[in-house]
Order: sequence, then C-alpha cells, then structure tokens
Amino acid sequence: MSEEKKVIVELDENPEYIINMGPQHPSTHGVLRFEVSLQGETVKYLIPHCGYIHRGIEKMCESLTYPQIIHLTDRLDYLSAHMNNEAVSLCVEKALDIEVPERVKYIRSILSELNRIASHQLWWCAFGMDLGGLTCFFYGLRDREKILDIFEESCGSRLLHSFVVPGGLMHDVHPNFKQSIRDFIKYFRKLLPEYDTLLTGNVIFQNRTRDLGIMSKETAINYGITGPSGRASGFACDVRKVEPYSAYPYIDFKEILYTEGDTFHRYKARMDEMWESMVILEKLLDKMPDGNDYTAKMKPVIKLPEGEYFQRVETARGELGVYIVSDGNKTPYRLKLRTPNFSNLFVMNKLTAGYKIADLVAISGSLDLVIPDIDR
Amino acid sequence: MGYQKYDLAPLTHSIDQFLYSHLSSTWAFLAEMTLIGVVFLIFYAVIGLYLVLAERKVCAFMQNRIGPNRVGWFGVIQTIADLFKLLLKELITIRKADKLLFNIAPFIVIIASFLGIAAIPFAMGLHAIDFNIGIFYIMAVSSVGVVGILIAGWSSNNKYSLIGAMRSGAQIVSYELSVGLSLLVIVIYSGTLQLSTLVESQADAWWIIKGHIPAILAFFVFVTAGTAETNRGPFDLAEAESELTAGFHTEYSGIKFAFFFLAEYMNMFLVASVAATVFLGGWMPLHIPGMEGFNNAMDFIPPIVWYFGKTAFVIFLMMWIKWTFPRLRIDQLLNLEWKYLLPINLVNIVVVALIVLMGWYIK
Repeated sequence: MSEEKKVIVELDENPEYIINMGPQHPSTHGVLRFEVSLQGETVKYLIPHCGYIHRGIEKMCESLTYPQIIHLTDRLDYLSAHMNNEAVSLCVEKALDIEVPERVKYIRSILSELNRIASHQLWWCAFGMDLGGLTCFFYGLRDREKILDIFEESCGSRLLHSFVVPGGLMHDVHPNFKQSIRDFIKYFRKLLPEYDTLLTGNVIFQNRTRDLGIMSKETAINYGITGPSGRASGFACDVRKVEPYSAYPYIDFKEILYTEGDTFHRYKARMDEMWESMVILEKLLDKMPDGNDYTAKMKPVIKLPEGEYFQRVETARGELGVYIVSDGNKTPYRLKLRTPNFSNLFVMNKLTAGYKIADLVAISGSLDLVIPDIDR
Repeated sequence: MGYQKYDLAPLTHSIDQFLYSHLSSTWAFLAEMTLIGVVFLIFYAVIGLYLVLAERKVCAFMQNRIGPNRVGWFGVIQTIADLFKLLLKELITIRKADKLLFNIAPFIVIIASFLGIAAIPFAMGLHAIDFNIGIFYIMAVSSVGVVGILIAGWSSNNKYSLIGAMRSGAQIVSYELSVGLSLLVIVIYSGTLQLSTLVESQADAWWIIKGHIPAILAFFVFVTAGTAETNRGPFDLAEAESELTAGFHTEYSGIKFAFFFLAEYMNMFLVASVAATVFLGGWMPLHIPGMEGFNNAMDFIPPIVWYFGKTAFVIFLMMWIKWTFPRLRIDQLLNLEWKYLLPINLVNIVVVALIVLMGWYIK
C-alpha cells in the first residue's frame, strides 16, 4: 500500500484530493476500487486496486480433476459461463486428441452465442444505469429473462451452467431447444430496436459518449484489449475468426469492427454484436445435425499426457486463454487463465486522465468489466 | 362568470371574522397563524408522501413493472410505512462533521420549499398569502434551499458530498436565471406579479394559448429549468447515484434523509404549481373565447380540481423526463443553460416586449 501511495504522491503535486471509488460503489459493478486523484471534477490520475474478490481459482484448480475444474470456471466471468467452460473443455480435448461429435460442436457454439447476447444485454442495462438512465435496466432484464429460460430448459441452471464438459456436454439438450431459440430470435429482433430508441438515439447519451475516452489501435494492442472494446478501436482480435473453434469454422459471419475507438463505438460494437449473434444463431440452427449424441467416448478418469496445452476462446468480453501444464496426473500441475477483464481494466488510467468523474463512470461502463474475472 | 359559485373567499372570511369577533386581535392573529401553519403542515406531508408513491407508480409504468401494490389498496399506504421506517432509524452522527451545520441543513432545505408553497393560490379564495410580488417571492424563497444543500455537502466531511454540493450550487445558481426570465415573459404579458391577479387575467384563455409562441417556448424552458432546479433527473447531478453514491445527502440517515427526500418532491410540486398557475391558468377552468356553452360546462368542474389536474400534468411531464433520459455531465449542464436556454430567454423577452407593444396577442 505504501508503495502505491508513494507513486500517487509523486504523480500528484497536490495529493490531498483523492477519492476512493469502491470497493462499495454503485458503478464499479462489484468489489473493485479506483483510487482517483481529482482536480475539481477532473480526473488527474487513477490507480485500480483489485484483489477484493480473489479466491485463488488457479491454485484451487491444481488440486481438482479436470471435470471438477469446469465448475470453477463458471465463477470467473459469471456472465459468460458457457465460454469459460468451453475453453477448459477444448483445452483438455486438445490434449487428449479427442474429436467431439459434430452436433456437440454446434450446440456449444449456439449456447456461446446465446450467452454472448445475454451478457451484452446485461451490460446494456448496467451501462444505461451508469449514465443515469435507470429505465434501461428493466428493458434489458426483461429480454435477458427469455435467454435464461432457454438455459434453464436445456442446461438446468440459469447463470452458472457447467454444461460443457471435457468430451461433450453434461447431458442432452431439451427437445424444444431449436424451437425456443428460434422463438427468441423472432422476439428479440422486434425488441432490440427499442434499445436504440431508448438510449442510442438520445441526444444526451450521444453527447455523453461520443469522442470520449478514445483508445487508439496501438493502445488496444499494447494493453491487450480484446473483445468488443478492442474491436471498436480497429483491432481485429475475434478469436472466432482468427483461430476458429467448435462450429465457427463451418459458418460465415461478420466481425464487428470500428476504427473510432471512443466510448460510443465500444457501445455500438456490442449492440452490433447482438444483431450479428442472432444471425450466427440462425445459421448454426440451420446447419445443426439431428441425432442425440452429446458426448464423445471418454475414459472414467481423465489424465492428460505430460506437456503444455493452450486454448483460447472468445468470451463476451474478449479473449480467454487457458494454459494447462500437465505432469501426467489427473489434476493439472499448473493452470493459468488469461482473462480478458484483467487486461481491459488497466487501460482505465490511460483513457480517463483529463476527463470528468462522470466520464470515468461512462468509460469504465463501456469497458464492461466483470470483477470476479479480474481477481479470479 | 360561472366559476365564481365555487368561490371559497366567503368561507375563509367567515373563519377570519369568527376568530376576530371572539378573541382579542393579537390572539386572533396568532390563532389564524397557527391554523394556517397546521393546515399547511398536513397538506405538505400528505402531498409529499403521495408524490413519492406517484413517482414510484409512474416509474414502474415506464419500466414495465407494477410498482408498490402490497401495503394497502394499490400500495396507498406504502409510503406511510416507509416514513415510519425512516422515523425509527438511527440518526448517525459523523465523526469530525460540523455538528451544528450538519443538523441545520435539512431544516433549511425543507423550510425553503415550505415557504414557497404558502404563496400558491390553490383555488378561488384559497390562498394563504397574496403578495403583490407573489412570483418574485416564490423565486426568492425557493432558491434559499441551495444554501441548505451546500451546507449539507460541506458539513458532512465527505468528498462525495462536497462534490455533489458544489455541483448543486453551480447548477441552481445558473438555472435560477432561466426560471426567472421564463416567468418574466408571462409577467410582461399580464403586467402583474401578483398570483391572484395573474390567475384572473386568464379568465378568457390561459396564457399559454393567449401568448402563443413565446409563451409556449417559455413554458418548456421553465419546465426544463425547473427540473434542473429541483435536482431531478436528467439534471440530478447533485445526487448522481452512479458517480457520487448519493451526493450531498450521502451521510444523512433516518428522518434527516427523509427531509431532503420530501423537500425534493415538494420542490417538484412547487415548480409544477408555478408552471400550472402562470402558464396553464392555475385554478381557472379551460375557457375558449366565443364558446359560451363550452365555457359554462367547464365552470361546473371546481377550481381545486383544475388546479390539481394541471399540477399533476406538469408533475407527470417531469417524471416522464426523469425516467427516460440519461444524466447530463456538469459541463454539458452549464453549457445548456448559458449557451442555449439563457440566449433563448433573452431573445424571447425582447420578442414578447414587442408583441405586447404592438398588441399581437389574444386579449
């Protein structure tokens, strides 16, 4: 602590006006603390402090078997639980050299896209609320509920599914799976324009977000900003395109790219991703093979051969990398997670310096931080 | 005119005469003061509580929800239950806070809004004080509230509160101009500052109709500036939940917090009342020149219903704005006032002066 204090005192010739945003603050969306040095209302310097919700997931993984690890990965970025599950499962499958059935690949991708939409919906709620538009919160949650119902129907739980396991899926999806997703797409296509009429087109919203917190492509690459936040700056980092996995190689879709890199375009990138995800979902549903095979043949005890394995997937917030070092046992020797939010958080200082407190809230909202993913 | 059958002046005068005939003039004066005070206190509490309920219902309606519906029929006693909860809460004293100022601030805020309500004509003859400078008086006393907010923010010994209070100070001082200048438009039209005369000058038609374009413009400027002055969304920068947790009243608990909360709603009521009285005719029924039958039919509705109907309309307008728009930033807020509303107002006043001089309005 004293080390950091010294840093801020050196940077700041007038250090008495420092406020702590967090760990309990409505707009940090969790237990994150920003130490903000202010000049009137203007942010001079910002130091993010994380670790308030550190649970030692990476260390815990070292004493758990691979199917058990899946349940911990849900708790990283709880809004993209499917993608997290998929990352570890794909890494284990890669190590064992197992080919999962085609149908499983499609279901995994479908669930990931659904999860992406649900995550972006909740982000939209929270972003609207950060900017003071409290009604957004209820509009977003209303539609997110429909997706959670689909998850409940097929996976048995609504938020932390642990549905994707090494070798396939936990169990088969509900017979109604395809139809309920088609119904959802029809429903959401009609209601997504409401989001635009409520927030996107609003003149106050535009003034609050345009040309704010501009992140150049170089900054995005230097800081490792991935996901929609990076793509809004023109950094083509979509893992689904760069290194396709599951069913993504079989279909053709658009990567949402903007070059402006301001808060408004980070917002726009996510809004467009919701539209694009629905297109992807339709394509996947059309191509999804029939049948009832939901898992590959797996040994009762999964032991990875000695070596190092890496797999990355695209979560709703960016690139999640899983790095497993195995010594041949049923538990990993070391498991390292490259989580997107951890990288995205530390660009905050660069983006917010010189802006107002209200802008700080808008910028941190546009980066879509999920705190348990930062602290692990 | 037909509406005169609902004149309440004989009733108030008879009470006045009854008191003066049975008591010495000093005691009668004191009794009258107490009576008016008690009536206003009850009125204030009831209106404040039900505005909170109305806001929760309107907000629920905007957000696809139902709103409070468990305590009482449609949740009618929900806010009373909330008030009792707040009364029973502990009043936390903050270490190193300025005790005197900290305790005095909520009272200043609530007294300022209380004083303003006193000058509003609720119905024909139902009027506590009828100053000949009524509009000026309301503006003067309602802006005292900012002192309370500044004191609250300063004395809390909290940086968030301080930022909130400073924002509020800058905001209210700026928007006071627009409020005053937009009311001045109607003052120029009617030639009076007295609220009772102002209402009676709208017997043939309301000023928003008679005064056509400048009056409509002034009405919208007034509602915007009034919303800003009551610290309500999208101008709720002083509280700015997502930035400053709760702004100037972060450190207040229990009934002291309730005072701030109530004062906010009463200020909203005050702004809506002034808007209704000055622009929409106050308690005056809707009259269209030349349509005798229609005017007579409108006169059957008592003035008090007209007054509360119009006020409710303006309040709904303000709630609608609050629950739809995101919040402005402090520099945008001041830009809106100094670069847009103020010039519009000044031009509007020149135009109105010209219109009145040439007689280009409906007389």
